Amino acid sequence: MSDFLSINIPKFTSVFSSIAIFFIVLGVLFAIAGRANGKKARPIALTIFLGPALVLLFAGLIIPAIRTFIFSFMNPDSNGWVGFDNYYWMTQDPNIKIIMVNTILWIMVVPIFTAGLALLLAIMLDRIKHESIPKSLLFMPMAISFVGASIIFKFVYEYRDPGEVQIGLLSAIVDFFGGTPKDWMLSKPLNTFLLMIIYVWTQMGFGMVILSAAIKGVPADIVEASALDGASGWRLFRNITFPMIKGTFIVVLATGVVGSLKLFDIVRTMTGGNFGTNVLANEMYSQVFVQFDQGKGSALAIVLFLLVTPILIYNIRSLRRERTH
Amino acid sequence: MSTSKLASHNPGRKLFSSKIAAIVVWSVTFMWTVPTIGLLVTSFKGDKAILNEAWWSSLLHPSFTLANYKGVFLGNGSESLSNGVLPYFINSIVITLPATIFPIVIATMAAYALAWIRFRGSDFLFFFIFALQIVPLQMSLIPLLLLFTGGAHIGSIAIFPALGIAGKFAGIWLPHTMFALPLAIYLLHNFIAGLPRDLMEAAHVDGANHFKVFRMIVLPLAIPGIASIAIFQFLWVWNDLLVALTFASGTEEVAPINSKLASLVGQYGSGYTALSAGAFITIAVPLIVFFSLQRYFVRGLLAGSVK
Repeated sequence: MSDFLSINIPKFTSVFSSIAIFFIVLGVLFAIAGRANGKKARPIALTIFLGPALVLLFAGLIIPAIRTFIFSFMNPDSNGWVGFDNYYWMTQDPNIKIIMVNTILWIMVVPIFTAGLALLLAIMLDRIKHESIPKSLLFMPMAISFVGASIIFKFVYEYRDPGEVQIGLLSAIVDFFGGTPKDWMLSKPLNTFLLMIIYVWTQMGFGMVILSAAIKGVPADIVEASALDGASGWRLFRNITFPMIKGTFIVVLATGVVGSLKLFDIVRTMTGGNFGTNVLANEMYSQVFVQFDQGKGSALAIVLFLLVTPILIYNIRSLRRERTH
Repeated sequence: MSTSKLASHNPGRKLFSSKIAAIVVWSVTFMWTVPTIGLLVTSFKGDKAILNEAWWSSLLHPSFTLANYKGVFLGNGSESLSNGVLPYFINSIVITLPATIFPIVIATMAAYALAWIRFRGSDFLFFFIFALQIVPLQMSLIPLLLLFTGGAHIGSIAIFPALGIAGKFAGIWLPHTMFALPLAIYLLHNFIAGLPRDLMEAAHVDGANHFKVFRMIVLPLAIPGIASIAIFQFLWVWNDLLVALTFASGTEEVAPINSKLASLVGQYGSGYTALSAGAFITIAVPLIVFFSLQRYFVRGLLAGSVK
């Protein structure tokens, strides 16, 4: 017990003293710089307000990103040039082929399911009483970490040998309907889809909540006017409602694509990338921290960056267009 | 968009009858909730019962125990959990508080400068910071870790000293602070740029400088926005795995509970008691935040989910 205290009490003193020092430094800076007046006042204020953020952004994002780009043309220890070898390796390695196929599967299946289900539920939620209760229960998994969600589903996907009690929900359901349960995490390619379910489970609520808000934002007079013109049901939705929430729907889709590309935690926790479930972000981590190959790891990071960029640029552009209107 | 008359009737009316809608919504909600309930029930079962009986059968003749929680919190004698998850739980708190406060304060200051201290190129700088969001975390990990352990050199000249913070708390706070900035600055800029111009100008006419305006006007008015972004950042750090795996060694001195949990998954058999109770302890904090601050939580998440 005394060991425990001697290890853990200093943790709290370090956290509170760090926060205190942070605010004291800021306070002192504010007090001193606040005295400056005349021509120097503005540049001093700018430096203090903007300086820390810019230094951190340069040291933490810009310079490291450039170095990663350079490392991708170097050997595992980043002390010798290898040209395009790390990129050429990707085109030849059979494991990378599996990873690319999986990544394409993820970005094709997950966003459509997430956004589709979210849209369906958003429309239906609008039609029922007490919508806030199902809404917060459907949204709740968003607060749970991917690791936590993976463990929740580890128990759902649990498989026991025939003859033993099936304690996993999936196995029990398959058993109940007369099927034969199997070790789900070892069954290719089903295991990848089972991992996708975990992602959809955590992220669907996000799409549902913003689509629900978008649907409620459609002006009633437009809907009523077209209803008077005889539009109803599916036609009303397709011609009036959907065009007005299309922008939001595409944002939900794009968020799903980016999330699927960066996906790491679920695969790491559930299969460690084994059994044909590996994805790009997990392979990048493995190359660097398991194989100790900074060159290949950096090259994979660059590929990830190149895949994510067009989608995010699209999002940024549509966001800017919205602002100018 | 006219806000005066929002859809009081459902625009998708008659697409589904409300009866069908209710059935579908409540069945999906049931499916969505069952896995979490399964984990909760499992976490209160004895180690033999976990393996010999499905959790839904246990509901019929309940015999539950707190032994898993006691074991996982304080240690169950196994090699991987000699002191329990309590040290890791403490680490999570110790990591998350500064990793939330530091970036939010720094981002609020930067957002104010970009919005209200005009200078040449401020629009470009704002857009540049916003665009930095496209850089995935993976692009920074290796060089940042090298910087923390070895400093930066050109040839043999050190241009940046080795910080020596790898594997310490500061070595986790710093990357979280750096990675949070682009999005936090962008979102806070939206809040702060929207404050009334007259108020700022009046304060400057009265002789207040930027530091006073920031403290007396901007901070109080931006608090709701700051709070929702802070909650999002808190959850992001608490739930993070990649930064923790990279910058914290897995030891109970610094590793957060989420990464400890990920390492427990490899165990089988009796490890399930630790796994179920440990998982529930880990997700309890975000769930409490979720249910008690749902309004802020939703706002922060909607603003921040692009991360």
